[in-house]
Amino acid sequence: MSVETVSTSAETETTGAADAAAPALRGVHTLSMAKAITAGLREAMRNDPKVLLMGEDIGRLGGVFRVTEGLLDEFGEQRVLDTPLAESGIVGTAIGLAMRGYRPVVEIQFDGFIFPAFDQITSQLSRLTLRHDGTLSMPVVIRVPYGGHIGSIEHHQESPEAYFAHTPGLRVVAPSSPHDAYWMIQEAIASNDPVLFFEPKSRYWGKGPVDHDHSGLPLHSSRVIRKGDDVTVVGHGAMVATLLQAADIAAEEGRSLEVVDLRSLSPIDYGPILDSVQRTGRLVVAQEAYGFVSVGSEIAATVAERAFYSLEAPVLRVSSFDTPFPPAALETEYLPSADRVLEAVDRSMAY
Amino acid sequence: MAAPSREFTAPTLQLLTHEGELRPSAEAEPYLPIIEALPDAALEQFYRDMAISRRIDVMGANLQRQGQLALWVPSHGQEAAQVGSARAARPQDHIFPSYREHVVGMIRGLDPVDIVKLLRGVTLGGWNPAENGNFHLYTLVLASQTLHATGYAMGLQFDRATATGDPETDAAVLVYYGDGSTSQGDASEALVFASSYQTPQVFFVQNNQWAISVPVSRQSRSPLSLRGGGFGMPGIRIDGNDVLASYAVTRQALEEARSGVGPSLIEAVTYRMGAHTTADDPTKYRTDDEVEYWTERDPITRYRAWLEARGASSAFFDEVDAEAADVAADLRRRALDATAPPRSAIFEHVYSDPHPVVEAQAAWLEAYENSFEGEGQ
Repeated sequence: MSVETVSTSAETETTGAADAAAPALRGVHTLSMAKAITAGLREAMRNDPKVLLMGEDIGRLGGVFRVTEGLLDEFGEQRVLDTPLAESGIVGTAIGLAMRGYRPVVEIQFDGFIFPAFDQITSQLSRLTLRHDGTLSMPVVIRVPYGGHIGSIEHHQESPEAYFAHTPGLRVVAPSSPHDAYWMIQEAIASNDPVLFFEPKSRYWGKGPVDHDHSGLPLHSSRVIRKGDDVTVVGHGAMVATLLQAADIAAEEGRSLEVVDLRSLSPIDYGPILDSVQRTGRLVVAQEAYGFVSVGSEIAATVAERAFYSLEAPVLRVSSFDTPFPPAALETEYLPSADRVLEAVDRSMAY
Repeated sequence: MAAPSREFTAPTLQLLTHEGELRPSAEAEPYLPIIEALPDAALEQFYRDMAISRRIDVMGANLQRQGQLALWVPSHGQEAAQVGSARAARPQDHIFPSYREHVVGMIRGLDPVDIVKLLRGVTLGGWNPAENGNFHLYTLVLASQTLHATGYAMGLQFDRATATGDPETDAAVLVYYGDGSTSQGDASEALVFASSYQTPQVFFVQNNQWAISVPVSRQSRSPLSLRGGGFGMPGIRIDGNDVLASYAVTRQALEEARSGVGPSLIEAVTYRMGAHTTADDPTKYRTDDEVEYWTERDPITRYRAWLEARGASSAFFDEVDAEAADVAADLRRRALDATAPPRSAIFEHVYSDPHPVVEAQAAWLEAYENSFEGEGQ
């Protein structure tokens, strides 16, 4: 699905809490990203009785971001589990359930709380298919509300995706729009491999069209979401909105940015990125994460290797700083902004 | 004023004294009928299992010293704890081992060569639990498997594969770990989840007194069995060198678990007679007196004495010795035949679904290695 086809389709506004008896959605609806994920989870649970949800406060409360709201009523306590408060325990038992043939979808309440489960994810979940010579699949999805821009306290605004992208055996994705969130969560659940599903929590409330009939792209695809000629800019999750904002400002200044939504961080779909760079000759990679040893570093290295003769300038990275996420009062100076992206665009154009 | 002393104690349930007399402790009395119901063949099988386990231990340690294994993990001294508990499980039960339960795997039908391959650096796992008596893979990160076991047990509940009232089909989960592992957070989290969901599960802690070089007193000030009560489930401490106690108590705990009563924890007090692994040197941290004390409590010696007193013939023991020697020799032969897998094993099964990076790297390595063909001849 392209943005253009959505905008020409009939749209209906969907509001309010999820209805337990809600029929399967068809056509195009306007949803917030949070509710798009809710709808995607509901579809996946209706389509496969082995899909179950696990996490802290996800049942009666519907999750601290209300993403699982209404699902307990529809699917019951054996499919929407309010677990004890222990992340390693949640992921470890999800592994056992996957061994039994279930497809658990785990919610980690906030990005910074994933580390108690780090061992189970990186040393167990990621390797069990290999250790079983392929006789056992590990279809576990770990949903992680991540990233800043929400003015929250320590450990609530982090972007830990690189740790998981670095780990063989895992897949890592991050949607940037309600439509992608709706489809990508279902595709992640359908994957027979473990998927880290990073949800840009600052975009949870942003609404957009969701075409419930057409997904458009496989899970691990990147795509150009805005055409341009001068500089390619790449990002994922909430950073995509920042890139679009930067592109708008650049356009006013007579500069044309091509925006690529990465969508998948492991594996990375380099096709659209390389195609774009071959035309523009310039690449800026933006991310909320620390820059050192990051997904952005990996993209910079790979594009330099594979598009060397197309590049007019070195690949530039715009990241947060290599410091812990600061007190929220300073987050606007810490997180990459449209201005910081444009500063990098200027530097790229100066070559 | 002297500091108040805090003593925590728990009775140790024993059926067979270390001299080999069937003289149940008070706590053990109720378990006697479980043993009395066993036919002679089952009792003899316990001995056979333990004897084979010990013989394989010698073989494995030798292979390692001869440079044929990266590591050997001995069970010497812990045979009764392992054999009794493993024989207590029903075929439909699921076993989640740590990495020392070789004889448990064999009892469940696993070819021990698969364990040897893992320790030889030929595989990372090596068997399919579904084809090997539901004996799951070894887990080397301590206590990680306790959570997998609990999750699996939750799945049994959701599938209604347990607590239907039919002990012939109702399944339960038995998970093994050690005294060192009890300090891991995962071990506690597994107890929390198991208690919370009332899983059909038995936690079997082999307290072999030593986590490599650190004594159990560093892991716990109180008997490990008391951890059960702290998490809301029964905790029973048994003489882990008493195969009858190990069998009877595990049997009952598993039957209760499969009936829907909930999980329980068993602490089997035993001793690692040998080193932690062949990389260890226990003479650096423990005394000869201690080893002597436990040698007098050897699980096989006492059980043999009891079987002999019951009238087992010397021919039986000779036959078992011969069988154990054959099993060990055969295993040694096949261990030496276990060679490196093809290089494609680096890439296969990292993911279940196709993965472009893995495929590209596999193709690259193949081309790279092939580029040397014809050279150096």
